[in-house]
Amino acid sequence: MTTDLVIGAVEAIAMILLGLSLCVLVLWFDRKGSALIQDRVGANRASITGIGARLGLPNFGLINTLIADPLKLFTKEDFVPDGADKFLHTLAPFLALFPVMITFVVIPFGDTMTIGGHTFQLQAANLNVGVLYVLATIGIGVYGIALAGWASNNRWSLLGAIRASAQMISYEIAMGLAIIAVVIAYGTLDLQEICRAQGGVWFGWLPRWGIFVQPVGFLLLLTAGLAESKRVPFDLPETESELIQGYFTEYSGGKQAVFMLTDLAEHTMIVMLLVTFFFGGWQVPWLYRDGLHLPGAHAIALNHLVVSVVGILAFLVKVVLLSLFLGTLRWTLPRFRYDQLMRLGWKGLVPLGLANVLATAFVVVVSGGAQ
Amino acid sequence: MQLALFWFLAALAILSALGVIAQRNPIHCLLSLVVTLLTIGVLFIVEGAVVVGFLQIIVYAGAIMVLFLFVIWLLNLPVEIGPTGHLALKFFGSVGAAALAAEILVFVLPPHLQVRLSAPPPGYGSIDSLAQKLFSEYLVAFEVTSVLLLAAVVGAVALARRMPGSGAEVRAAGAQAAPGADQV
Repeated sequence: MTTDLVIGAVEAIAMILLGLSLCVLVLWFDRKGSALIQDRVGANRASITGIGARLGLPNFGLINTLIADPLKLFTKEDFVPDGADKFLHTLAPFLALFPVMITFVVIPFGDTMTIGGHTFQLQAANLNVGVLYVLATIGIGVYGIALAGWASNNRWSLLGAIRASAQMISYEIAMGLAIIAVVIAYGTLDLQEICRAQGGVWFGWLPRWGIFVQPVGFLLLLTAGLAESKRVPFDLPETESELIQGYFTEYSGGKQAVFMLTDLAEHTMIVMLLVTFFFGGWQVPWLYRDGLHLPGAHAIALNHLVVSVVGILAFLVKVVLLSLFLGTLRWTLPRFRYDQLMRLGWKGLVPLGLANVLATAFVVVVSGGAQ
Repeated sequence: MQLALFWFLAALAILSALGVIAQRNPIHCLLSLVVTLLTIGVLFIVEGAVVVGFLQIIVYAGAIMVLFLFVIWLLNLPVEIGPTGHLALKFFGSVGAAALAAEILVFVLPPHLQVRLSAPPPGYGSIDSLAQKLFSEYLVAFEVTSVLLLAAVVGAVALARRMPGSGAEVRAAGAQAAPGADQV
């Protein structure tokens, strides 16, 4: 009992740290990957006494992302504007970041793993209603942003906050509908069970991943998730040309960094959800608990430990790749206009999501039960 | 452990509920209400009713309270100024209210106050048992409720719909002619 609790706590901390590290990856991609896409050189000045350049190493902007940016942000003056609600102004960044951080703990990053007679769950919090937990934390995440805008006593902040909360509520519905279709298809609210159901193959070669079961659901969750993370092309709440910086106009230093981190963490969280629902989570195609079964070939027996570790690595690789894909989308698409955003959400995604739920339910009932 | 958690959450729920009525600023009141609803959700989860707990958090703390926030913003509620009147009047009023509350408590509570924590039956609070009940025993009530909600949605749309030829329609047309003019 106590051992399980300690292991769960360690896994939870590891998962949150993993989420934060992936945020850094996304940030680095925003620096250097965007330069690649736009045919620029990108960040290449910051270095530590020019050691890298002297050794003839190319500057990948890593010092800039990892050391210079955070140092700059955290050494700036941290002010509270006149007439602001001091308590809420200080509380808001953490209210925004906290729900995202605690979402990471229910994401399964592997099946069970047995070391020395002890079986570990490779999921920090094994909830049998994990999907509801995710929806609850996403719903709570609106408050930090709404209160940041309100507590700043600034019109642009308030406008940004109203935009952000309207956008997040609208796209939460599309997101919920996409997730409901997945839940109907797999017949469980347990994220680990959803991952397990995606093992195995069809026709002897096609992995049973969710993206082949729910292609529409994938597009819905991808779009709604992008909107939920409030990054380009859905960054209406913080459009610099209209609202300065939206709901965190009146923040500087560490608290501003926390808001930026929240966007990045939401991006990472959406990526992890997409991987869990549609790309089999920790599943590797043709890899089972006893070894590799390539289509049309003999089985290769593998150690249980090797299979577990490969599963964890596969989860990481999928998350990184999808994260970079979303980053590419971000640097490819232009920003929506606000009426376009609302039209897409309410007249495009919500009806499509409802139709998807109906179609999924119909197929499940006709074929006799969840697969 | 569970008992300690229960007392802590119960105390937090009551304190934040008091905060809802004691604070002047409507946004602070709303935040206190969010804390109360969240705490009640967690109480449900601690007592084993996991699904109900999460639904409580999603629906009440996550959705309805955000709507309240919007209503407060749109109505632009001012910070409430305290009730006027003599200090002695306030004092005796509070004492009277407290006495009334104590009287009700004496009637409502069983003779010896005790908290019983019996182990719930297997499957209690799980989504399976909830769905079984909802779609067999309470099916009619469930469907009637959904029809009621549908009627409410249709009513809301009918109220919000702009009548053709009214001023609002003309404004909307003008906004469409100039892109970006109708942004929030």
